Amino acid sequence: MENMTLLDFARGPGLQWALWIFCLGVLWRIVGAMYLLGTKDLSKFRRNHYIRDGLRACLTRSTPAEAFEDKIRFQHISGYAWHIALFVSVLFFAPHILFFESIFGFSWPHLPNTIILFSGAVATALLIALLIRRVVHPVQRLISTIDDYISIVVVLLPLITGLAAFAHIGGRYETMLALHLLAVELMLIWYPFSKLMHAFMTFPSRYQSGTFFGHRGVKA
Amino acid sequence: MRKDQNLGEYLRSQGVSRRGFLKFCSATASLMALPPSAVAQVAEALAAARRPSVIWLSFQECTGCTESLTRSHSPTVESLIFDAISLDYHHTLQAAAGHGAEAAREAAQEENKGEYILVVDGSIPVDNPAYSTIAGISNLDMLKHSAKDCFAIVAVGTCAAYGGLPGAEPNPTGAVAVSDIITDKPIINVSGCPPIPVVITGVLAHFLTFGTIPELDALGRPTAFFGQNIHDRCYRRPFYERGEFAETFDDEGARKGWCLYKLGCKGPITYNACATVKWNQGMGFPIQAGHGCIACSEPRFWDKGGFYDALSTGDWGSREALLGAAAVGAALGAGSAIRARARKRKAMAEEEA
Ligand code: SF4
Ligand code: SF4
Repeated sequence: MENMTLLDFARGPGLQWALWIFCLGVLWRIVGAMYLLGTKDLSKFRRNHYIRDGLRACLTRSTPAEAFEDKIRFQHISGYAWHIALFVSVLFFAPHILFFESIFGFSWPHLPNTIILFSGAVATALLIALLIRRVVHPVQRLISTIDDYISIVVVLLPLITGLAAFAHIGGRYETMLALHLLAVELMLIWYPFSKLMHAFMTFPSRYQSGTFFGHRGVKA
Repeated sequence: MRKDQNLGEYLRSQGVSRRGFLKFCSATASLMALPPSAVAQVAEALAAARRPSVIWLSFQECTGCTESLTRSHSPTVESLIFDAISLDYHHTLQAAAGHGAEAAREAAQEENKGEYILVVDGSIPVDNPAYSTIAGISNLDMLKHSAKDCFAIVAVGTCAAYGGLPGAEPNPTGAVAVSDIITDKPIINVSGCPPIPVVITGVLAHFLTFGTIPELDALGRPTAFFGQNIHDRCYRRPFYERGEFAETFDDEGARKGWCLYKLGCKGPITYNACATVKWNQGMGFPIQAGHGCIACSEPRFWDKGGFYDALSTGDWGSREALLGAAAVGAALGAGSAIRARARKRKAMAEEEA
């Protein structure tokens, strides 16, 4: 196509490739992980409450162990706040809903832009704070891998470009919109092959651990 | 207008009062983003201006641009300015026809060498020159020939400026813009489908006043008219901010004048003077009439997705393709898990042995 602008690319081929890679990668990882579930547990069979144990683990693992709470309170609270702020701005901004609707075929109510702007700003600020903490906190730095850093930056970029496009700063709107889309596409491509997969894996793996513990009679 | 008359004399002879003329000058000055102090200067320069020779070439077009201009709310100073130029060649408007018309064009070019303004509407087919010819001359040849000695080119309408509708996918005639062919002359793109009449005359007024090329944006459009974003100047913007959108063209929201984003409005990526200068004697513009902007002043606006698809939707392909990618992913996942298991089994067997 001649004269394709950055925005045309971001809204067309860029978006298509990113979504294909995303779908392919996510399914690859999920199916691969599901097959691992079939591994036989050689330990003696101790309890028969698979579902209850699994669900319980989903809950108990969602809060830090009491012994640690004092040390990681900031991380705990800001982690939740960041996820909520992110979900609000991603899922309840009218233009985003229109995008999802075009793919899934159904929509849901949106929130006024002021709320979206606020939650977007909160999400961005928190993620930056968490990134800084990761760099300066000795323990956190020790356990962080390059995957953590890239994943944070890759999520930060859509947030920053989205806010800039919304506020009409940093460039003409169509340029910022194109950059926002490209940032989202970068994230979609990085997603399946990184820790971002936790969005799909967290609860299934907690559930799996729960049943596993149950099987072995572990109280956790 | 007689050749020896200047613009001021001509307008007076047409009954335009000094007051009316000054009003036009101050409107033009403000359109051109000049300070109020420049109005007197604009008036003086315009009044003394000699009629410039204009050659207007129409290629692959629908005559909408000429319609837009000639149907502009006459008789106003804008239309009189248009009358005041010496339109030496224009298919639709000239009396001469056939070879006589072509001879007039040649004569005007010869007489006003280096000074005439070449206005072009319509795109130029380059796949096969025979797709569009005038008096047996291909558009391509005529453009090159007429551009050679002109002072500047005004590409009127999105077709001449960027290829427009004829250039839309799959571009069957190989339509291109004026700027794709002529590279050694100043080109002013007055885009729009059609452009706002006042913007066309405003550019001519700029020529008459300053004898120079106005400041242009990255797409070759005069910033004075195309510097503003429709969405930024849209009176429905507060509804956008509040998240109040019309869902259909006749729902409650539409009746209340809510934002048309969901109905496909492309205002946020469009630069034009519609929201400020407006159409039909400043009466309104498409968004005011209840229809979203279709980005008609932007390159390739025909190929930017459906006019009624919201800007944020994008062309993400098809569900089948996404499901296909997911199926390939699942197969890969299953494959790698089976391979991993086989490896494990082999390792265990080796250990036991
Ligand atoms: S109607 Fe269009 S230009 Fe006006 S505020 Fe809504 S999206 Fe923007
Ligand atoms: S509102 Fe948009 S589509 Fe309509 S004339 Fe103006 S620029 Fe063109």
